[in-house]
Amino acid sequence: MQHQELIPHLFRTEFRKIAAVLCKVFGIEHIEIAEDIASETFLSALETWPYKGTPENPVAWLYTVAKNKAKNHLQRNQIFAKKISKQIKNNSSDNEEMEIDLSEQNITDSQLQMLFALCHPSIPVESQIGLSLRILCGFGIEEIATAFLTNKETINKRLFRAKEKLRIEEVKIEFPASEEISNRLETVLTTLYLLFSEGYYSESQDTILREDLCAEAMRLTDLLIGNEQTDQPAVHALFSLMCFHASRFKARKSQEGEIILYDDQDETLWDKELIAKGSYHLHNASRGNKVSKYHLEATIAYWNTQKTDTKEKWENILQLYNKLLQLEYSPVAALNRTFALSKANGKQEAIIEAEKLNLTNNHFYFTLLGELYTGIDNRKASENFQKAISLAKTQIDRQTIQKKIDRLSEHKTP
Amino acid sequence: MEEYALIMRHEDGKKVASPEQMEVWMKQTMDWIGGIAAQNKFVSGTGLPFDGARVVKTTNSKPVVTNGPFGEIKETIGGFIIVKADSIDEAVDFAKGCPVLQGEGNSMEVRKIAKNDGTH
Repeated sequence: MQHQELIPHLFRTEFRKIAAVLCKVFGIEHIEIAEDIASETFLSALETWPYKGTPENPVAWLYTVAKNKAKNHLQRNQIFAKKISKQIKNNSSDNEEMEIDLSEQNITDSQLQMLFALCHPSIPVESQIGLSLRILCGFGIEEIATAFLTNKETINKRLFRAKEKLRIEEVKIEFPASEEISNRLETVLTTLYLLFSEGYYSESQDTILREDLCAEAMRLTDLLIGNEQTDQPAVHALFSLMCFHASRFKARKSQEGEIILYDDQDETLWDKELIAKGSYHLHNASRGNKVSKYHLEATIAYWNTQKTDTKEKWENILQLYNKLLQLEYSPVAALNRTFALSKANGKQEAIIEAEKLNLTNNHFYFTLLGELYTGIDNRKASENFQKAISLAKTQIDRQTIQKKIDRLSEHKTP
Repeated sequence: MEEYALIMRHEDGKKVASPEQMEVWMKQTMDWIGGIAAQNKFVSGTGLPFDGARVVKTTNSKPVVTNGPFGEIKETIGGFIIVKADSIDEAVDFAKGCPVLQGEGNSMEVRKIAKNDGTH
């Protein structure tokens, strides 16, 4: 690989490792210094490699430069150095030389501890996601702004406020105590779940970026599985859910970027390997006796990997949604539950239940009603689809619903 | 929005249903609860199995524990759920959908949950 391609590649894989380890060394109050030193390290590579040639071991080169920059920084800034070196002395038996440990084990540990620190309940969840993307995934501010469909200033402000908050709260970069871990893990899983969803459902046109978000969410979840303390059933369930969803990446968008609905997807494009991986982790999730929402959602996603309509499939999906809604209500789950109800118990019953949902500002609600009335009362179906079109926010959504209206004449009403 | 307990009362707790019948009731009950939860009106709830149940009763000023006898009590409680509702009428509408009512003589009791703020 030429250095023009090599440096961006290494930035993707190594920035986050250096940043996490340095954050751990400096403490959460100096998170910017860690970021700056990690960035400067890559700047040095950009300045040096084109003239002196790419070093034999580029990663080792980056680590050495990062270590030296970190040490220089500490020595240069006397007051700062006093404060930090006191902390470091307390943590280490070697008082003479400050050790910046960029071993694989310490990188993983630092990343996991940072994950817990950044997913601290004191900061809003979108800031948790933003900071995680920056520090743990090495995303640029611009990329984060694109993913959130906003601008760089907004993201910068959001991240700045979140860092302030972490400073004020004196959040420690460490593993929570074992009695606290379940509670804190819940926040971490929520953040990873939303990070994945951000990639999966984002309206951003940047397909590669969206798949990257999903891949990063999966990498961080996998990191939790690799650690004894966080290798818990709910983590496997979340990972399984991500695998099942990600398996449909290729099938869910046309070349023109149009969303292809589940029923119309070409299942030969589904990634069999990811489906198998999802099943494996779902199996691992079935330890213990606590059923999390990730267990329920992963099992629903598992059933959705079976494309053939069977009574068994829809009855299972219906009961899973019944349980999921008792744990946590969401309009999407309510709509999907009603769709499953129509498949398991029939359209007539589902129409009665759907009318009670009253989600009248949601275009998916009217799309569902349209679908339920299709073949039963096509005039009502058309009316509902029209309402859905008037509420839909994107051109693609409107086109998808219009197709359903055009197809109405194919369905004979009794 | 108030909270109400919907209490399922069986006329005769000793009646034994076939496993197939139990399965049908279970599904209907789950669908009923799922329908309430889909309206974001479900709070909590549980079934109350008879297995291992005890009755504590005062006899001669002393508590006496027995495995029943549920037979002496005309009605038994099979479970309850707590729902959110704008009015007692809405809570009653939820109760009307409970599959327990398919059994002749069974009933649903709808009770407002006390708010513990002195206003009941």
